[in-house]
Amino acid sequence: MADDAPLPEPRRAAVAADAVWSFAIATILVFGLLTGVIAIGGHPIGPALSALWNGSFGSAYALTSATLVRTTPLLLTGLAVALAFRAGVWNIGAEGQLLVGATAAAAVGLSAGAAIGAWALVVALAAGAAAGALWAGIAAWLRQRFGVLEVISTIMLNFIAAYLVGYLVRGPLQEPSRIYPQTSALTAAARMPRVFAASRLHWGLLLALAAAPLLWWILRQTAVGFRIRAAGANPDAAHVAGTIDVTTVRRRAFLASGALAGLAGAIELTGVTFALYENLSPGYGFTAIAVALLARLHPLLVVLTALLFGGLESGALAMQRDAGIPAVTVFIVEGGLILLALAGNAGGTRGSGGWLQRRADDGHSGR
Amino acid sequence: MSAIVQAFLQAAVRTATPLALAALGETVVERSGLINIGLEGIILVGAFGALAGASVGGVTLGYLTAITGGAALGLIVGWFTIARRRDQIITGTAVNLLALGVTGALYRGLYGTTGAALLIPTTPPLPVWALARIPIVGAALFDQPGVTYALYLLAPCVWWWLYRTQSGLALRAVGERREAVLVAGISPDAVRWKALLFGSALGGASGATLVLAQAGTFVEGMSAGRGFIAIAIVVLGRWHPIGAVMAALFFGAVSALQFALQAAGLALPYQLFLMMPYVVTLIALARVGRKSAAPAGLGEP
Repeated sequence: MADDAPLPEPRRAAVAADAVWSFAIATILVFGLLTGVIAIGGHPIGPALSALWNGSFGSAYALTSATLVRTTPLLLTGLAVALAFRAGVWNIGAEGQLLVGATAAAAVGLSAGAAIGAWALVVALAAGAAAGALWAGIAAWLRQRFGVLEVISTIMLNFIAAYLVGYLVRGPLQEPSRIYPQTSALTAAARMPRVFAASRLHWGLLLALAAAPLLWWILRQTAVGFRIRAAGANPDAAHVAGTIDVTTVRRRAFLASGALAGLAGAIELTGVTFALYENLSPGYGFTAIAVALLARLHPLLVVLTALLFGGLESGALAMQRDAGIPAVTVFIVEGGLILLALAGNAGGTRGSGGWLQRRADDGHSGR
Repeated sequence: MSAIVQAFLQAAVRTATPLALAALGETVVERSGLINIGLEGIILVGAFGALAGASVGGVTLGYLTAITGGAALGLIVGWFTIARRRDQIITGTAVNLLALGVTGALYRGLYGTTGAALLIPTTPPLPVWALARIPIVGAALFDQPGVTYALYLLAPCVWWWLYRTQSGLALRAVGERREAVLVAGISPDAVRWKALLFGSALGGASGATLVLAQAGTFVEGMSAGRGFIAIAIVVLGRWHPIGAVMAALFFGAVSALQFALQAAGLALPYQLFLMMPYVVTLIALARVGRKSAAPAGLGEP
């Protein structure tokens, strides 16, 4: 782990350099892999890469209206996954937590929008975070009370959340004309303000950007953060030391992780879609796992990897549109990157990504 | 009424077959101490392999390519988790992404985006003449595609292997405590490799079943969570091969309830029906919960 304990200054600088270095390698690998996959698919590489660039970072419009808009949910869900994994909780359910967060934001934003005016947005965001925490709380409760592995329960809850949205937008939350499978659009008061008038970028990005250093600070500098890291790094030692109640720490980290993912959903709803519908998320909560792992679960690096994947996914859509390359290619790159990170991390030495070596503790055995 | 019950049971067995195949394989894998989250991707690759194989050389080649494809992905999982002792959950997650991307890109590359023109040979139900006429359960159990009968044979074989042979004993021992078999001169890694390749091959066959015995075509992401459900089924079946098949049947029955209830005229929204198997699985997992007999070494790198 990069920041286990207070390190002497030179050591800390080395760790930071190592983190930046690994991100640079990851970026190069992304493009190497992508080029390889495009070439194997028999597509011309030049037009593909130029479409990728134009659709992601190549213009102010692409950057602010596509890449940064996608970065926002990836950043928040990436932080959610990083927090959970740091605590030794295998929360694979960010996608479901995001969906219920969006659902709660829609329900609250629509019903309270007229009544409370300017507060509607704040209340909708809070409702989203609470719903995400509640959804994660089901898995946390099942784990604690019945020993159900969260790897399995969170995946089941992803499916349940997706079908729940499908049901709600055709049932209780459907728009009044009952034609489209979606809710009505939020009123202006409940919408996230735009950063610039001419772009889709909204203030949610700034919220997400603020969450990253906050989480880093909590993990790094506070007693709560120390307990979380201890519970994740070595639950037995943390338990034996007697001062850390691993179960409670993990439950709280699980709930906070769900709240972050739920907030991501609420921000997506109030900032981008304005209405709830199925397939509101193109799998942000799944990509988040790659985002967090590639950042080595470091909250500040998550900002960079979320930006990388936000750009990659926006560019991939442009590649599909302009160069005929399937956007699903991105999944090959994401999966390949995680495997490369796993393979390259040989020794598991401290400060060089040792977390990848971390034993999965009692997370799988149900003890 | 009996027609409804019969249709319900038939649908239950049909839904259960691919799940039971995958869960049977995963049971063996988990008994060796590995948890293969990549099963979802393996099923997907199996489904695509079945399409590619069957469109060239018929149903038999379809099953062969599916099994080979599943095992090939199993090799990747094994290289990371067994040979290099990497985290099993992270490896599995990556393999699932990889499978989703590779099958999606290949499918679009080879067959275009519409896929409407795809006509591949499938395996129709083969009624086992007299048995299929048994009232109520006959058609459900004995008017099914051949792969279901293969499952009937395979499940007791796996049970025999795990509980009545030396190699099965070694496999279970490795899952409890890796070092335990060293004294007997057996390599725990070799045991895990064998289990993983067997489980991955069955995962591939499970994917082939979706294409060749059910849908008759391939859809991107058509595994639709079945790998994860199979992993849950292994827990429900308490890491026992026969238990896994029974748990798969239970899951199949819950999924098939929607047909029965719709036929019976109950008008619940269909998303709620689709949701039900997952909810029931969670409840069932909670009930098995702490009483369950997970291999002691499960998940250890």
